[in-house]
Amino acid sequence: MDMEKARLIDMYRMMVRIRAFEEQVAKDFADGKIPGFIHLSVGQEANAAGVCANLRADDIITTTHRGHGHVIAKGGNKYPLAPLMAEIYGKQTGLNKGKAGSQHLSDLDIGVLVAEGIQGTALTLAVGAALTAKLKGTGQVAVAFIGDGTLNTGRFHEGMNMASAWKLPLICYCENNLYAETTSIYESTNLTDLTARAASFGVPGVSVDGNDVMAVYESASEAMARARKGEGTTFIEAKTCRQRGHFEGDPQVYRPREQLDECLKKDPIPRFRNKLVEAGVLTEPEAEGIHREALAEVDEAVCFATESPYPAPEEVLTDVYA
Amino acid sequence: MREITYLKAINEAVDEEMARDPLVILMGQDVRKWGAPLGEFKGLYEKYGERVLDTGISETAMLGATAGSAATGMRPIVHIMFGEFLGVCMSDIRCALTKTRYMTGGKTRFPATIMTYTGAGRSAAGEHSACPYGVLMATPGLKIVAPSTPYDAKGLIKSAIREDNPVQVFYHVGLIFSKMTSQIPDEEYTVSIGEADIKREGSDVTVVAIGLMVHRAIAAANRLQEKGISLEVVDPRSLAPLDKQTIIKSVEKTGRLVIMDEEPKTESAASEIAAIVAEEAFDLLDAPIKRVCAPDTPIPFSPALERAWMPDEEDLIRAVVELTG
Repeated sequence: MDMEKARLIDMYRMMVRIRAFEEQVAKDFADGKIPGFIHLSVGQEANAAGVCANLRADDIITTTHRGHGHVIAKGGNKYPLAPLMAEIYGKQTGLNKGKAGSQHLSDLDIGVLVAEGIQGTALTLAVGAALTAKLKGTGQVAVAFIGDGTLNTGRFHEGMNMASAWKLPLICYCENNLYAETTSIYESTNLTDLTARAASFGVPGVSVDGNDVMAVYESASEAMARARKGEGTTFIEAKTCRQRGHFEGDPQVYRPREQLDECLKKDPIPRFRNKLVEAGVLTEPEAEGIHREALAEVDEAVCFATESPYPAPEEVLTDVYA
Repeated sequence: MREITYLKAINEAVDEEMARDPLVILMGQDVRKWGAPLGEFKGLYEKYGERVLDTGISETAMLGATAGSAATGMRPIVHIMFGEFLGVCMSDIRCALTKTRYMTGGKTRFPATIMTYTGAGRSAAGEHSACPYGVLMATPGLKIVAPSTPYDAKGLIKSAIREDNPVQVFYHVGLIFSKMTSQIPDEEYTVSIGEADIKREGSDVTVVAIGLMVHRAIAAANRLQEKGISLEVVDPRSLAPLDKQTIIKSVEKTGRLVIMDEEPKTESAASEIAAIVAEEAFDLLDAPIKRVCAPDTPIPFSPALERAWMPDEEDLIRAVVELTG
């Protein structure tokens, strides 16, 4: 492994933190402590961790309803989880004062512009962020994390075309987790290779194993280099899979058991852990330590969220206009 | 003082703001070399280069690029050509552009201006003639202006571009084609968003009229004056926020209210204004409120049908006579 040890461990820690956070959210939602509905990225953490490990603090990302991991990864390992948890609990101390919830977590201070529940908007808003970067000449890049389902929206086509035509420093990072809600991408398109879409916009299309954090890191790194050199937009299809349903409580009747078993076997966290241990980057006790620290951090976040007050009713009327 | 047309007013407003603030950019279909279909942006590409961007026919990407660039530090102006085209990107307006600030807990600003042609009267048929005021008014987070004169257009567009919130600017094609002019001061000026203007003072009936309808209301007022009926014509200029105070104050004086709005009556701006006055100033009214609107039909093509569809002086005079007779 060529990469410096600290960065490898950092990516591992990030995946573990995202997993711990989301498993806690699943539990607390099942216990009725969290309102609304929840979409988890359990099994897809390598994407958030591998892409964001490439990003500068001032780079911009956008994400979707399945975005907890992207926000955490963009914030880095020092980014506190407590305001995120409080937001998902609907509390006043939440990252967005209890007005966003799980689906719309955002924090422009760390470069998370928006988490969009209407598909394709994560991409078109990232086009706008990339336009700002280009016009101001800041060297920033924008990354839109989208899902496979977005590939069938008009916004995907319009956004990719615009980004390509204007040669914007943008990476459209598509996590193909095989299902758009409950419908397979291979039933809703006639494509077997989703990167074929990229050719129609005149941008490179790259396919990567989205459960291999090193592969994700490297493909994102190449795309960023292109973007920062002014060579424009890249489309990356990351082949990954969802270990849980579309939403928490989804009985997944549409999903063959073998497909889920295969997905569980490809879990990116033990896979990377074994790799790191074999390479002598990490010892098993060190890895256990990282897990314990993540669980403790999540426990603290839950305490903070639980003890925080709900917003006062007057808050309904604030933040509509600047 | 000098005289300018409505078209010139738009051009000067955008030009001056682009000169004043390098963060202002303009994007739209056909804006670079054509200066947009009516030519209101002519000369800006030559002056501001890459800050003027031609887009494809991609309203959802245009709105996304607008919201995304606004949130990250630019002040985009986007030309979404005709009123009905806003429907193509309506969720981008009603969600990404106007709800996101709220959903960030106030962390993000969206200083963006959408500029759109409205209005019938040119036989543009069902898809290029709408004034979708009412539907946009039901969009928390959005401000809306509909200037009726070149003076107001220049002042309001400059304010819209400087505003830290998204603003929809509606400009009526009839006002551009009419070649009407305004006197404007030599020095720079703006018109504040949210302030109505009494375009003609009167004492018997308040007529709240929007956009082109302001001029039809003034024409009706001139004719009714001969019959001894005095109309006060209130131009809200901004539909969001709406200057309720000026409207209610006028109703306090006249005791009667007619709203003239070039939209199908249902869920129109007129509906909202009527509801506000009924709810907040019922005691000031000596007669029922009347709405002079278009019928609840699509906008027809044939000039004969279109004339019948559009609210005009005769419709307003009939309504006023019913109220005062």
